[in-house]
Amino acid sequence: MARFRTWAGIALAGALCVSLAGCSSTGGKRAEDARKAAAAQGKAAVNTPRWTFAMITHSGDGDTFWDIVQNGAKQAAVKDNINFLYSHDDEAQQQAQLVDAAVDKQVDGIIVTLAKPDAMKAAVARARKAGIPVITVNSGSEESKAFGALTHIGQDETIAGEAVGEELNKRGRKKAVCVLHEQGNVGHEQRCDGVKNTFDGTVQDLYVTGTSMPDVQSAIEAKLQADSSIDSVVTLGAPYADTAVKAKQGAGSDAEIDTFDLNAKVAASLKDGTLGFAVDQQPYLQGYEAVDLLWLYKYNDDVLGGGKPVLTGPQIITKDQAAALEEYTERGTR
Amino acid sequence: MTATTVDERLLETSPLRKLLSRPELGSVVGAIAVFVFFALVADGFLRAASLSTVLYASSTIGIMAVPVALLMIGGEFDLSAGVMVTSSALVSSMFSYQMTANTWVGVGVSLLVTLAIGAFNGIMLTRTKLPSFIITLGTFLMLTGINLGFTKLIDGTVSTKSIADMEGFESARDVFASTLTIGDVDFKITILWWIGLVALASWILLRTRAGNWIFAVGGNQDAARAVGVPVTKTKIGLYMGVGFGAWISGQHLLFSYDVVQSGEGVGNELIYIIAAVIGGCLITGGYGSAVGSAVGAFIFGMTSKGIVFAEWNPDWFKFFLGAMLLLATLLNAWVRKRAEATK
Repeated sequence: MARFRTWAGIALAGALCVSLAGCSSTGGKRAEDARKAAAAQGKAAVNTPRWTFAMITHSGDGDTFWDIVQNGAKQAAVKDNINFLYSHDDEAQQQAQLVDAAVDKQVDGIIVTLAKPDAMKAAVARARKAGIPVITVNSGSEESKAFGALTHIGQDETIAGEAVGEELNKRGRKKAVCVLHEQGNVGHEQRCDGVKNTFDGTVQDLYVTGTSMPDVQSAIEAKLQADSSIDSVVTLGAPYADTAVKAKQGAGSDAEIDTFDLNAKVAASLKDGTLGFAVDQQPYLQGYEAVDLLWLYKYNDDVLGGGKPVLTGPQIITKDQAAALEEYTERGTR
Repeated sequence: MTATTVDERLLETSPLRKLLSRPELGSVVGAIAVFVFFALVADGFLRAASLSTVLYASSTIGIMAVPVALLMIGGEFDLSAGVMVTSSALVSSMFSYQMTANTWVGVGVSLLVTLAIGAFNGIMLTRTKLPSFIITLGTFLMLTGINLGFTKLIDGTVSTKSIADMEGFESARDVFASTLTIGDVDFKITILWWIGLVALASWILLRTRAGNWIFAVGGNQDAARAVGVPVTKTKIGLYMGVGFGAWISGQHLLFSYDVVQSGEGVGNELIYIIAAVIGGCLITGGYGSAVGSAVGAFIFGMTSKGIVFAEWNPDWFKFFLGAMLLLATLLNAWVRKRAEATK
């Protein structure tokens, strides 16, 4: 009886909610569901057999960036009638073993990141020996061809860093801090080195523990307090931009915060001027194109790029473009 | 008690009873359960190539799980074991490169360094009387910093330079990271190292005086000291054993990938401890076996790769891993209880 009353109460509250002003008419779960319903109309657009493609990345757990890459890959997989498998590990040895497992499974195509190229060499060679086409994404543009991959899709990290350096020059900056949130990541080092190549001012590296946001914030704060002449902070990942903004407010500094990569928060902050600019490598494109190009290779023996990497960035995004991108970052595709 | 006046410790026990009282029995039952489970749900798990991948994954954990299990039987922890593997690879690679020496020189220096780190842990522990948890936590943090700091200082980047074109690389790779082809399946040599270590450790534990000392210091340190067991020497030796395991694992990393990332290895120490615990080692010390640690590592390898073969969503990977480990350990405890009840 008591249970019935509870349920009746919930039903009544629901009915009230619909009719009264107790609910938001904008945003929230309902808006998200409507968007999803619109997006879920996706059906395979081809009649090729159902191939299985495996994607193995060097991502850690719960990473925004790789979530967007996956979204792109899944979208292409739906369209191309592909059974898409995703796995990841941030330890090189583990990632190599995951590639081995995909080869053992006899998948029809492998997409892999070469953040730690030397560790992946043997595993990729084993895939090639088994006759499985491999496409590299995101990192490893230099090694991709030598390893026998069809093509590489991604952004050259040094070029991206150089673009940031030039943009900083344009903005008349003199002293920058490059915040590395993953010690030991070669791509991150290349980004900061790229900034150093083209930036006329000085650049200092700041290592922070990316897995702990409070630590990131306090480290940046301490740095800004220690040196008040710092006029720009460059973070290497979208989630860290927001933290850097908080650190800047905490330290009472007026440095400009700029970042690599995008997310919804970054797009909003760009729009309201909290952030200077972002440099995007279009992760959605990396996932989408990787699956699509593998499909094209299986279906039509097509290879894109003419033996050169297919670049998805860098794309400098400022206040002007941010408004248009906001909707796309909300749905997790930019 | 029997009616005779014979001391109960001298009584003959039946072979079945002996088997039932082995520490690793529960984990063997667990391993069989996990194996059958994945054989049923994971497509391609039973292929020879897949099993070779699982065995390799198990061996990379197992090589370290053996000395860690010995240390735990001796009643201590080592939280620095994960990054020590990376340190071992870094030292070997950078020494060879910077001195332009034959890579075997780097391998030798690396062995001395890891043994020294192990000895440092052991000496600090026995001198300061602090818990091993604290001592090795300190070593773990220091090594993590040294790995990154030194690599950046010497090489200017976060990974080492390639030593693949140096003398001795080929022969060292044959020893630490070669692949043996049996039929048409490739097996990594680490599986042999692993089996060798398990055999060696089992022999030490069950057939030598040092083995008795290890059980004694883990069971009751003060009592062991009172009956003349060299407690200090035993503990330092056990930590040096972990250093030796880290040396083998590190050389394998270096010679299979030729370049070492300085930031890796963090967190693996827990995996070694988990493998030892699943294999029947008690957290409190004094009980366990080397074979058990191998079975624990095998369960871990099967689970981590089985999830991939089963095509489960990787977001849940850690959850499944945790659930599997809990189940395996529970089964382990249950089997042990049943075994003790039949005595």
